[in-house]
Amino acid sequence: MGTAAFGLIALVILGSAVGLVLKRNPIHGALFLVVNLGGIAALYLTLGAEFLAAAQVIVYAGAIMVLFVFAIMILIPGKDETGPDPRRGYRLVAIPVGVALLAELGLIAARRVGTSSGPGGPGGVEAMGRLLFTDYLLPFELTSVLLLAAMVGVMLLSRRRT
Amino acid sequence: MVPESYYLALSAMLFAIGVVGVVVRRNPLVIFMSIELALNAANLALVAFGHRHGTADGQALVFFVMAVAAAEVAVGLAIIVVIFRARHRLSVDDLNLMRW
Repeated sequence: MGTAAFGLIALVILGSAVGLVLKRNPIHGALFLVVNLGGIAALYLTLGAEFLAAAQVIVYAGAIMVLFVFAIMILIPGKDETGPDPRRGYRLVAIPVGVALLAELGLIAARRVGTSSGPGGPGGVEAMGRLLFTDYLLPFELTSVLLLAAMVGVMLLSRRRT
Repeated sequence: MVPESYYLALSAMLFAIGVVGVVVRRNPLVIFMSIELALNAANLALVAFGHRHGTADGQALVFFVMAVAAAEVAVGLAIIVVIFRARHRLSVDDLNLMRW
């Protein structure tokens, strides 16, 4: 069961990675990368790294990929959307897929209600937080300096010379 | 329970695909995304090793990698935008000014 789930997720991850390399349109590549990062977040969950899975979705698939898509939109002007949608068939598929996803989520939620997940293993959120603020306190603080430096540097770089 | 070696094999394959993307593609944005792919492969290996040893050290390391990757992406994309403004073309083949 666990191996089958791993195989399925691994298939999605590898497929989207190959798609990123092969697709000519960078926007398609970016969307493939989002799928890829989501799959890796799922693998983090199977390894008991819940915090990292959440951070992966928020930081990587959320913030970083939005930045990528912004850059692609700025640098590669796409064609204007004119005329009817060339892929109308996708809309017909979208509704059943959405309903199926909702039903699946409802099923999982109904089954899990009332059962509290016990304390995480050695890699739980608590252990990681403890480690970050004891053994890795100096790198943690340095990270904030790095992020600040990157922020200032980006503003300086992207300023237009007048 | 899936053995950690499966995760490491997947991580190796992902890293290889990322390197192939860096070598094969000429669009700097796609090259950049391929680098992210390779970074994530390394992260996956770190988490798998941490799981194997039963400590959270691997996860703490991945947390720092994520923070550094965020800074790297912001600065890298800014550099790409500046290069595009100066040259109005988007291909790494054009960037041969410092070539010996």
